[in-house]
Amino acid sequence: MTAIAPPLVPSVRGRRPIGVVLAGTVLALVVIAAVCAPLLAPYAPDTIDLSSSLVGTGRDHLLGTDSSGQDLLSRALYGARSSLIAPLALLAVAAVLGVTLGVLAAWRGGWVDALVSRLTDVMYAFPGLLFTVLIIAVFGAGMTTSVLALGLAFTPTIAKYTRSLALSEARKPYVDAYRVQGMGGLRICARHVVPNLARAVLGYLVVLFGEALMSLATLSYLGFGAQPPSSDWGLMVQEGQAAIVQGAMLPALVPGTAIALVVVCFNVVGVRAADRLGRQ
Amino acid sequence: MTEALLETEAAPETGALLDIADLTLRVPGAARPLLDSVSLSVAPGEVVALVGESGSGKSTTAKAALGLFPPGSTASGSVRFDGTEVLGLTGERLRAHRARSVALIHQDPRAALNPVRRVGDFLVERGATRSSAVELLASVGLPDPERRVRQRPHELSGGMLQRVVIAGALAARPRLLLADEATSALDVTTQADILALLRGLRAEHGLGLLFITHDLHLAAAYCDRVYVMYAGRVVESRTAKALFTTPAHPYTRGLLSCSPTLDTHTPLHPIPGRPPSLTDTFTGCPFTTRCDQAQPTCETWHPEPVRLPDGGTAACVAVTAVGSRAAGRHGWAQPQADGTVKNGATHE
Amino acid sequence: MTTHLLQAEHLSKTYPLPGGGSHTAAEDVSFTVPEGGALGIVGESGSGKTTVARMLVGLAHPDRGRIAVAGREREPRPPRGRAARLTRAREIQMVFQDPYVSLDPRLTATQCLHTALRLHGKQESAARDLLDRVGLGAREAEARPRDLSGGQRQRLAIARALAVDPRVLVLDEAVAALDVSIQAQILRLLAEIRRETAVALVFVSHDLAVVQHVTEEVLVMRSGRVVERGPTRRVLTAPETPYTRLLLASVPTADGWDPAEAARAREAV
Repeated sequence: MTAIAPPLVPSVRGRRPIGVVLAGTVLALVVIAAVCAPLLAPYAPDTIDLSSSLVGTGRDHLLGTDSSGQDLLSRALYGARSSLIAPLALLAVAAVLGVTLGVLAAWRGGWVDALVSRLTDVMYAFPGLLFTVLIIAVFGAGMTTSVLALGLAFTPTIAKYTRSLALSEARKPYVDAYRVQGMGGLRICARHVVPNLARAVLGYLVVLFGEALMSLATLSYLGFGAQPPSSDWGLMVQEGQAAIVQGAMLPALVPGTAIALVVVCFNVVGVRAADRLGRQ
Repeated sequence: MTEALLETEAAPETGALLDIADLTLRVPGAARPLLDSVSLSVAPGEVVALVGESGSGKSTTAKAALGLFPPGSTASGSVRFDGTEVLGLTGERLRAHRARSVALIHQDPRAALNPVRRVGDFLVERGATRSSAVELLASVGLPDPERRVRQRPHELSGGMLQRVVIAGALAARPRLLLADEATSALDVTTQADILALLRGLRAEHGLGLLFITHDLHLAAAYCDRVYVMYAGRVVESRTAKALFTTPAHPYTRGLLSCSPTLDTHTPLHPIPGRPPSLTDTFTGCPFTTRCDQAQPTCETWHPEPVRLPDGGTAACVAVTAVGSRAAGRHGWAQPQADGTVKNGATHE
Repeated sequence: MTTHLLQAEHLSKTYPLPGGGSHTAAEDVSFTVPEGGALGIVGESGSGKTTVARMLVGLAHPDRGRIAVAGREREPRPPRGRAARLTRAREIQMVFQDPYVSLDPRLTATQCLHTALRLHGKQESAARDLLDRVGLGAREAEARPRDLSGGQRQRLAIARALAVDPRVLVLDEAVAALDVSIQAQILRLLAEIRRETAVALVFVSHDLAVVQHVTEEVLVMRSGRVVERGPTRRVLTAPETPYTRLLLASVPTADGWDPAEAARAREAV
């Protein structure tokens, strides 16, 4: 849980669809679980019952409880909500900023491109987590600050990716054709070039989702992100690690597994999606 | 395996270098065969053209000569190279066939050359020695060959690169050259140079040359014999001269009258419609829908090469057969020769 | 001088090369095209013919020289104002070589024409007539470029240029990427359009035979310069410069053409 700047999309060919189907199914179940958490969860996620602290798996608690006696299944289900929505918000922030900067750099070229490129290079060189922690140190811990800070940290990656896409898109003859028709540059860019990039950028965002989830969990684990009594998975891992020394693995294992599962599934689905969406 | 169907005066049945007979190639998912009963032959020292529009199967036919088939395809018929059946070759023998007997020259020489390696390395990879590499480059007409072997592809022009590719093809001392639109991307003057070179090499080494092109005029002007393909079939095979003066198949006539030339001032007569794709299927002759001489029988007539008096063939129901052997094969109905001899018709 | 619809005078364009130095793409190119006329610009790769075409429509900015349509001089750079841009667009339109990449992949044929019509404040209902005029039917109207054949795409590209109702149509190798039978259809379509609209054509091509079928006047270019000009028929039957003779000798013809002769002619140039 250290690297925040994610790699560029690897190109995967001939991946077995069965893996993609499996990962997609898991993700669909997680989303359903998050949406229907109030229906599925046997307990309220913040019901503290110190009398049943660190209970193992059993009929009352399918996945056991943590040291405060909170039902781990219920917490994990509710945790899916913040663990899925927060990366989405993060990526929305990063996408808006990144796509704007990237397209601007590619379209205008010249000093604008130089400025944006140097800026993203500097951001790249600077460890993303350190940058985020710095912002949080200034503005205070919390989920909103984390999302915004990480959104900024993800911006250069998306900007760089979008810039390279937009550069090749802007060279295509259909852009020339619009110019010859007398269409203004801004309109060509906003109404025709950006929509043509949307699929590829969207594919890339799916790949980034796992990374975003992981980074947010990292921040929560470090105590900068979600604050108690939230059921965020990252926070749960941090709360659960104290129980490991008492011999109870589940409080850390359940949210940890959830994170790992979702991240892996998103990578599997994301790479496939990026491949398909990116191909025109 | 049937005997070679085409017996034109320039290609005797015996001694052919490449002899494709009744080759049918199917790929799963396609509505019709990629190639349907294709027969053609190339004799040593002969220049044979394979002409067609996109999707006609001309490149697929050329690759078949290399024993190179689309993945998942099933082939029937025979592809013989110097008497050896290529269809059954596997492993080491197939590799040897591809590496030594036949050489393929593509449209884009840049795709054939590794951009970071020197021209000399490219030739050495193909079996030349350092000193013979220089000789090879000289033999394909590259000026200053000693310098060229040390150069990289980006330092040479398109025409020079195509010469390098031809030199690479010659390095393995092949007996048949397949030129797949090898001059289409070049300027006309460069094209003429390369064509002159290929003709010279053929004479010098007794090479057979299968020249694949979309340009019927080029084929007629440059080659000894011409095969015209349409929708995976050979629709006409003639000597270049006969094809040009008395085209027999309506498609050939159509191609000739829709190709602009320098010396005619008559307006062009486009063929209506578009070349069929792999999803189009046919109950009879595939050209029927675009043909200006289609008859009701064309819808159901299974195209068969009909022998022409001059030894060529044309797969058209309106062409009168000479003898019944070709048409009667496989038991298909005899073409309805209703007395209208179309093979003598001139094109506008 | 104002009898000429399109006037290009002394167009020159030089591109800087990466390692210092410069490449002269066009040098002192001048020509005129009358209303409804057709001018061919022929040349091999690197002759500068495409640079001239791009300068005409404003995609390349000439270093020197001027271009005027119907006596009105075109600014060297695209104007900032919307009205001026649209006026300029109605003077000259262009059809590009590769119809696949010159069409917006996201838009159907109808949407493509609507975009052009809306931009110029015309009725969107004109799209149907335009499609009809270039021979595209109802099925093609709703298809995106990837679902159209090469010829259909080029028809759409022509319809898009006509949507603007231009005075001059520049075609840059517009039939080079098409199958022979389709190429003839497009050439016939262009002839029909000329008859109906009196649009002037600038037909840029490497193919002398095609140029002869389309144009009345021709420029032969080589290395950025005009080496010969005149009525197309005269230039192609009685060429006056060795280079034009070489070009003609290089074109395969049925009656005893020998590529070696062309190769020898090349050495003479």
